Amino acid sequence: MSPTLWKGLRYLTLVPFAVALGSVFFFNRVTPLVFGLPVFMVWCVGCVLLTAAIMALLYACDPANKADAEDDR
Amino acid sequence: MNAALVVIFIAMGLALLAGLAARYGRDMDLAQWTVAARGLGGFFVFLLLAGEHFSAFVFLGASGFAYGKGGSAIYGLVYATLGWCMGYWMLPPIWRYARAHNLLSQPDFFTHKYNSPALGVLVSLVGIVALIPYMVLQFRGLGIIVATASYGSISDSMAIWLAAAVISGYVVVSGVRGAAWTSIVKDITILVVAVFLGTYLPIHYYGSHGAMFASIEAAKPGFLALPKLGENVWWWDSSILISLLGLFMWPQVFASIYTAKHPRVFRWNAAVMPLYTLLTLFVTFCGYAAIQQIPGLTGKQIDLALFQLSIKTFDPWFVGVVGAAGMLASLVPGSVMVMGVATLFANNLYRPARPGVSDAHIGTVARLAVPVVALVVVYFSLNGGSTLVALLLMAYSFMTQLAPSLFMSLSRRNFVTRQGAIAGICVGVATVAYIALSGLTLARIFPGLPEELHDVNVGIVGLVANAVTMTAVSLATRGRTSSS
Repeated sequence: MSPTLWKGLRYLTLVPFAVALGSVFFFNRVTPLVFGLPVFMVWCVGCVLLTAAIMALLYACDPANKADAEDDR
Repeated sequence: MNAALVVIFIAMGLALLAGLAARYGRDMDLAQWTVAARGLGGFFVFLLLAGEHFSAFVFLGASGFAYGKGGSAIYGLVYATLGWCMGYWMLPPIWRYARAHNLLSQPDFFTHKYNSPALGVLVSLVGIVALIPYMVLQFRGLGIIVATASYGSISDSMAIWLAAAVISGYVVVSGVRGAAWTSIVKDITILVVAVFLGTYLPIHYYGSHGAMFASIEAAKPGFLALPKLGENVWWWDSSILISLLGLFMWPQVFASIYTAKHPRVFRWNAAVMPLYTLLTLFVTFCGYAAIQQIPGLTGKQIDLALFQLSIKTFDPWFVGVVGAAGMLASLVPGSVMVMGVATLFANNLYRPARPGVSDAHIGTVARLAVPVVALVVVYFSLNGGSTLVALLLMAYSFMTQLAPSLFMSLSRRNFVTRQGAIAGICVGVATVAYIALSGLTLARIFPGLPEELHDVNVGIVGLVANAVTMTAVSLATRGRTSSS
């Protein structure tokens, strides 16, 4: 991972905020049920899964998590 | 003695054993007792921090919220998830600073960052005032759960006394390690019970989750999304923003952060915790299932939706298992909070008043404070009236007032002075208290706002007042003092 690429990737943290706070206006409805669940609920779960995926990607790429990173004891 | 009671007692005994066993092989000095000598691995730190999201609130509150208010019940899911995005970047620097300066508590952090013992005392007082009603909520929740699940054979006051004794026992002996170990018992039980109930109840009563939601939608159209007024989309976004700012501001959360062995733990948690919050969804399923099975619950009764439905559905021994899960869900977070208050008292109020005393002495005072704090909480749990309810409404907003000066202290060039931080917190707390006590709403503060915006969370006002005061006072006092 090059330092420049990592610098850019960090901004992915903002994506969950933008999606979760911004798109609620479009998904605030019950029907049609998706997988038997209200649209609103599916949207919430989608936000959570998207966030988990993004944070997992960041975790995997973050140079601070390498074994020899400076904040290791 | 019925089957439910036996199961609940077994769970309580297991928790006590796990809590006491945690001490094994450790020399319990002050740092070991309060922050486990910064030696806990990712798994335990995860459990300690997850405990904050899965307290008694999940069992009573989330199912009751789903029963009474519908769609808005799942907002906790989103704010915890976004909160952890923030935690990915915010918690490692807090942890690093705490380790570098050997900090034991949240007020220590403010005292050091702003080089101001007075700020430390203020932060301790805010923490204690906010935590007492929260502990009372946990204890009362526990009392209700045990009394309901034991079919009334244990009174709620008896359950509260028992819980206080168990908590004091293992917290005095094992400190934060005790809480971490009991978390294992608690989280496994909750995970199994919540997933089972959330899967089984809708299928048992409706045939499938889809049929349940279709039936609710037919009876109450739109109930499962956000309403146009009240808990609407503006309430949703503003409440999520405010709640996530407060997510890591609690004293006991700081203590849990300090226990980590390595900051990598927090980044890992940021990816895993969102998935774990999905557990709340299963609890809300139980609340939704209760809507048409236990109709007519109102007011405080709605918090019992899940338990009433369990009693209607299952044999006593399984009601005991559900009760045990609920009991553990209050016991473990309750113990972390009792410890938090005892530490604040000993380390941040008693220590400054008695300069020069040793860590060992502080450790003794903190341990002695544990049963005293527990007694205070039991007293308010059994006798507390309307004051307590008012305090509880304010507690979360109180803690959120620490956010502006904390965030600023993490930036490289922090212009906020100690006077600015103190003034900001005082003004913020006073604003929150005034709004809560006078029942002020945004509609009355800003009559010109469009109607839908009236439901923006009123907590924003306190935060803005806080930030403005902090900035103004800091600019006025800059140059006269320097903060580290």
